[in-house]
Amino acid sequence: MLSVTDLEVCYGSISALRGVSFTIPQGSIVTLIGGNGAGKTTTLRTISGLLRAKSGTVNFLGEDITSLPAHKIVARGLSHVPEGRMVFSNLTVGENLSMGAYLLSDKAVIAKNRDYVFSIFPRMKERLKQTAGTLSGGEQQMLAIGRALMGNPKFLMLDEPSLGIAPRLISTIFEKIVEINRTHGITILLVEQNANLALEVSQHAYVLETGAIVMSGESKKLRADPQLKATYLGG
Amino acid sequence: MTTQSESLNSQPSTLNFPLSEFLQQLLNGLSLGAIYALIALGYTMVYGVLRFINFAHSDVFMVGSFIGYYAGKHVPERTYWGGLLVLVVAMLGCALLGMLIERLCYRRLRGSATLNVLITAIGVSLLLEYSGQVFFGATPRTFPDIFPSTNFAFGSLVISSNQILVIVVATLLMVALQLIVYRTKIGTAMRAVSLNPKAAQLVGVNNDIVISFTFGLGSALAAAGGILYAINYPSIDPLMGVMPGLKAFVAAVLGGIGNIPGAALGGLLLGTVETFVNGSQWSTYKDAIAFAILIGILLFRPAGLLGKFTVEKV
Ligand SMILES: Nc1ncnc2c1ncn2[C@@H]1O[C@H](COP(=O)(O)OP(=O)(O)OP(=O)(O)O)[C@@H](O)[C@H]1O
Ligand SMILES: [Mg+2]
Repeated sequence: MLSVTDLEVCYGSISALRGVSFTIPQGSIVTLIGGNGAGKTTTLRTISGLLRAKSGTVNFLGEDITSLPAHKIVARGLSHVPEGRMVFSNLTVGENLSMGAYLLSDKAVIAKNRDYVFSIFPRMKERLKQTAGTLSGGEQQMLAIGRALMGNPKFLMLDEPSLGIAPRLISTIFEKIVEINRTHGITILLVEQNANLALEVSQHAYVLETGAIVMSGESKKLRADPQLKATYLGG
Repeated sequence: MTTQSESLNSQPSTLNFPLSEFLQQLLNGLSLGAIYALIALGYTMVYGVLRFINFAHSDVFMVGSFIGYYAGKHVPERTYWGGLLVLVVAMLGCALLGMLIERLCYRRLRGSATLNVLITAIGVSLLLEYSGQVFFGATPRTFPDIFPSTNFAFGSLVISSNQILVIVVATLLMVALQLIVYRTKIGTAMRAVSLNPKAAQLVGVNNDIVISFTFGLGSALAAAGGILYAINYPSIDPLMGVMPGLKAFVAAVLGGIGNIPGAALGGLLLGTVETFVNGSQWSTYKDAIAFAILIGILLFRPAGLLGKFTVEKV
């Protein structure tokens, strides 16, 4: 569904990605793990069009989307839930969800998507009139995912959904991520520092280190890998 | 019928002083303030989406008056339909001009240092002012009477129909703006872009279109301000935008830059204060008061009256 080939990205003279390649099959949950500054966020931002690659290509559903602007990439069904959630803080929960359906015009489809979001995150329905900036971190994460779902994505990229969230809510959010994948058939690329959790819910994993993929394989197998255990899984 | 200057100079009678004097000044102040408010809205909206002060905005206001001046020659004088037609033409013309300025001058600077953009804005401002002198001439012109005008006297209180017109038109435009910003899809997108341009792109907003729309909207309001100003102060010239522009900028900062209701409130307050100072023994300081307010607000409440420092949860 998505294939990234030899992606190189620089910030000025600093090189952040040095030839990253991976593929994500339709219907799967794939995770990209790695420590601070490994280049995970940079990878997602380049795929979604917020950053420009220096070289390499991003291919989505058979189309080269490397040089498309971000708003055209979303239009093709590739949605990015950014690091830090980036909800529209002064807008209400309802307005945030409406913005998620910005590219849709069919009112019936929008209503259906909204019901779907409420079925996954009932709390969003309770908080409809509340300003997004006043939600808790976990609720903001739900809203950010809900906002992305409003646009009918085929492919969802999540950047550290567990970041800064109470442990109790983390497991809820991960259950929902699996549910979105199972019941709605949305392919998911999950970026995480919490490698344990990410390997548990995903089928396939890539490990990124200072801008390059250093390891990849089935999540089950990687969980047992002694080297990976030592570095990312806390011994 | 009495004229305004007579009424202001006339000895107040025991009966209607000082209330009528106060009401008179209040009315004059509000109608001047409504014009500042219209201009201030453009500064604040552009700041909202791009985080810089578009110094050329005051000259778009001037161009609005001149479009009105030329368009006014093609409609019969002193008719409401003619006046409104001139108003609409000036608003459309300036909307186009504003979008053109953004497209040609500011868009390619997106993402560069604010200082570069500010200097460019000053450059565009000078370009418009001196092109104005080339095309319109430097000598002031008399703005035609496009709207019918009468004065209504209540004792020593004189209300001119032009003042009412200013307040009515400005109010309607501000209500319309409020509806656009808070009730329409493009308005919600404007607020989204101003809160987080990256997140807006990620839900499919084409930020270029929203920014262009914002310039168009702000410039149309400035043009309306230009027409309403010229109706009440009918001598227009290519540098006429400088002072009202600066004051509107102060009004936008006073209300809280980036805050739409704040700009409206700041404009009305500033116009009123200025008019009262002008009518007092300190009238020589009428222009200085705006800048005294600016310094005061920057020192004591830099976020403005309605602005607040929002702390984003991360
Ligand atoms: N805007 C920027 N300007 C310059 N360098 C940047 C910028 N953003 C990221 N970098 C650098 O690029 C590298 C990769 O950063 P990136 O944010 O992609 O890492 P990450 O894997 O997402 O890390 P984290 O887990 O901490 O979010 C880092 O060395 C970082 O310092
Ligand atoms: Mg990151």
